[in-house]
Amino acid sequence: MLTGHRTWIFENNPVIISTGTVGGPFEANGNIPHAFNILHDDMWLEQASFEKAQQMMMEEACQYALKNSSIQKEQVSFFISGDLINQITPTSFAAKTIGSPYFGLFSACATSMESLALAAFMINANGADYILSGTSSHNAAAEKQFRYPTEYGGQKPPTAQWTVTGAGCALVAKTGQGPRITSATIGKIVDMGMTDPFNMGGAMAPAAVDTIMTHLKERKVDISYYDLIITGDLAHIGREVALDLLHKNDINIPEEKFVDCGLTVYREDQPVLAGGSGPACSAVVTYGHFLDLMKKGKLEKILVVATGALHSPLSVNQKDPIPCIAHAVSIEAGSDVT
Amino acid sequence: MADKKKKNLPPNAQAYQDFQDKREVKRPILKNCIKAFLVGGFICFIGQLISTFYIYYFDFTEQTAGNPTTATLIFITMLLTGFGVYDRIGQFAGAGSAVPVTGFGNAVISAAIEHRTEGFVLGVGGNMFKLAGSVILFGVFSAFVVALIKTIILTWGGL
Amino acid sequence: MIFFWAFVIGGLICVIGQIMFDVFKLSPGHTLSILVVSGAILDGLGLYEPLIDFAGAGATVPITSFGNSLVHGAMQEAEKHGIIGVITGMFEVTSSGISAAIIFGFIGALIFKPKG
Repeated sequence: MLTGHRTWIFENNPVIISTGTVGGPFEANGNIPHAFNILHDDMWLEQASFEKAQQMMMEEACQYALKNSSIQKEQVSFFISGDLINQITPTSFAAKTIGSPYFGLFSACATSMESLALAAFMINANGADYILSGTSSHNAAAEKQFRYPTEYGGQKPPTAQWTVTGAGCALVAKTGQGPRITSATIGKIVDMGMTDPFNMGGAMAPAAVDTIMTHLKERKVDISYYDLIITGDLAHIGREVALDLLHKNDINIPEEKFVDCGLTVYREDQPVLAGGSGPACSAVVTYGHFLDLMKKGKLEKILVVATGALHSPLSVNQKDPIPCIAHAVSIEAGSDVT
Repeated sequence: MADKKKKNLPPNAQAYQDFQDKREVKRPILKNCIKAFLVGGFICFIGQLISTFYIYYFDFTEQTAGNPTTATLIFITMLLTGFGVYDRIGQFAGAGSAVPVTGFGNAVISAAIEHRTEGFVLGVGGNMFKLAGSVILFGVFSAFVVALIKTIILTWGGL
Repeated sequence: MIFFWAFVIGGLICVIGQIMFDVFKLSPGHTLSILVVSGAILDGLGLYEPLIDFAGAGATVPITSFGNSLVHGAMQEAEKHGIIGVITGMFEVTSSGISAAIIFGFIGALIFKPKG
C-alpha cells in the first residue's frame, strides 16, 4: 500500500526466511567475522579475474541463503540484484548460474535496499513466492574501474573509503519464520554539488537524511519507534554530517542509535581510512550481523538506509557533481507487527 | 580543483557544502609534505648512488649516467610494484613516490599488470598509458613549444 | 656533498608536488603534467642544467627532468638541422625513461598478478 508520496507499507508482512553472507580477507580480519557464512583468504577465489571472483561470491551468498532454508533453487521466483561493475556483468553472470528470472539493478551502494524494497513489494502483492535479493562488490574490481590500478602508488585522503569484498543475500517469502519487512521508502536523487569522488560519505549524507525524514513523516512514526537507524556506508565523515543534519531538522536521534554499516564491518585499526563502502557493505552487515542480533532477540525494529553515490569515472572527468540516493527498508521482529 | 568555490551552485547546495566542510577530516598537509620530502629525497639519493656507480664502474660520464640510472630505478620500481609494495609506499609518501621517475614507471607498470586479464594486446597494450599518457603528452608538447620559441629567438637573434 | 643536495632538492620538488595534491586538490595526472611542463620551461630559460650540476640526481630523478631532456634533445637537433630538429630530436636524449617503463611494464604484466 502506498502511503504519502514514496513509502510502501507491506500489510502482508513479507518475511526474510534466510540469508547468506560471504566475505574476503579484509573482512575476515575485520570487526564482525562471525557474521559471514564463509570467508575467503584471498582476493582471487582461484578465479581468472577479480570480476569473476565477485561473481563467485554472489553465487555463494545465494547458495548459502538457499541452503539455510528449505527452499530449492527451482522454487525461487526472481533474483533481484546488482553491483558496481560496468553493466553489472558479475551479477548477470551469477544470475545465469542461479538460473532464476532476473531483475538487474543499479544504485551503487544503495542497491541492497533498492532490491529488498522491490522484493518485499512483489511478495506482498502476491507477485512472487520466493525472491533472492542481494548485492556483491569486490575491492580490487571497484578500484580498477573507479579509481586507479590496484598496484598504483596513489595517495588516498582521509575521507576515502574501502570497498567491501563480499556478497550478501536474503531469501524473502510470503510466510515463514524470520524478521519481517514492514515498510520501505524509496529515495530521490539528492545532489548538493559535491564533486570529490574521494569523499562519498559527505556527498551521500543529505540523501540519507532526506529519505529518513520522509520515511518518518510518511509512515507517521517517531524516531523512537526504531531501535536502530542503520545507514549503509556513510562512514566517519558522512555519519557525522548526517547526524548533525538530523539534529538541525529536530530529529533528535541519540548517537548510539544511529549506526553505520561502513563503520561496523571493519576494526578501527584497519587501514580503511573513513570506513567501509560498496554495495556489499550494507548487505553483509545487515543480513549477517543486524538480522542475527534480531533473531537473538536483541533488536526489534530497525530501519536500514542504504546510501549510493551514482557517479562514474567519466562523469567525474566531465566535471559533473555526484548525485546520491538513499533507499530505506524497515525490518521488524516478532509477530506483533502492525 | 577545490569544490568549494563553484560559481553557479544553488544556495542550499552551497550552504550544505560549507556545513559539510566543517565536519570533513582535513588532509594532514604538513605531515604529508614531510613524508613526501623524506621519501622523495631518499629516492633521489638512491638515484645519485646508482649514477655514481655507473660513472665509476662503467664508462659513463656525469651527463650520460642519467639514462642507465633511470632504467635501473624503473627496474626496481617494477619489482616493488609487482610485489605489491609500491602502493603502500605511495599511500605513505604521496608525491614523494609519485614525482620521481619511479612514479612514472609505477603508473605504467601497475596499469600493465592490472589489465592483463583483458589480454596482452587490447588489455595491457590498450591501457598501459592510462595514467602516464598525460605526462608524455604534455612533456612532448611543452618541449615542442619551448624549443620552437627558443629556436626562433636564437635564429632571429643571430640575424 | 652532491648526495646531500640530491636528497634536499629532490625532496623539495616532491614537496611542491605534495602541495599540489593537498592544497590545490590536483590529481596525480595533473600534478605530474604541470611538473613536466615546468621542467621544459626551466630548461628553455637555461635554469635546469645548473640545477642538475648542483643537485645531480636530485634534479634528474624527478619527473621535471623529463621535460628538461625533451627540450634538450629538441634544441640539440635544431642547432644542427634547423627548425625541423625541434620535432626530430626530441626523444634522442630521453628515451631511457619511456623505454624502460614500457619494457618493464610488459615484463611486469607477464610475471606479476595484481595483489589487490
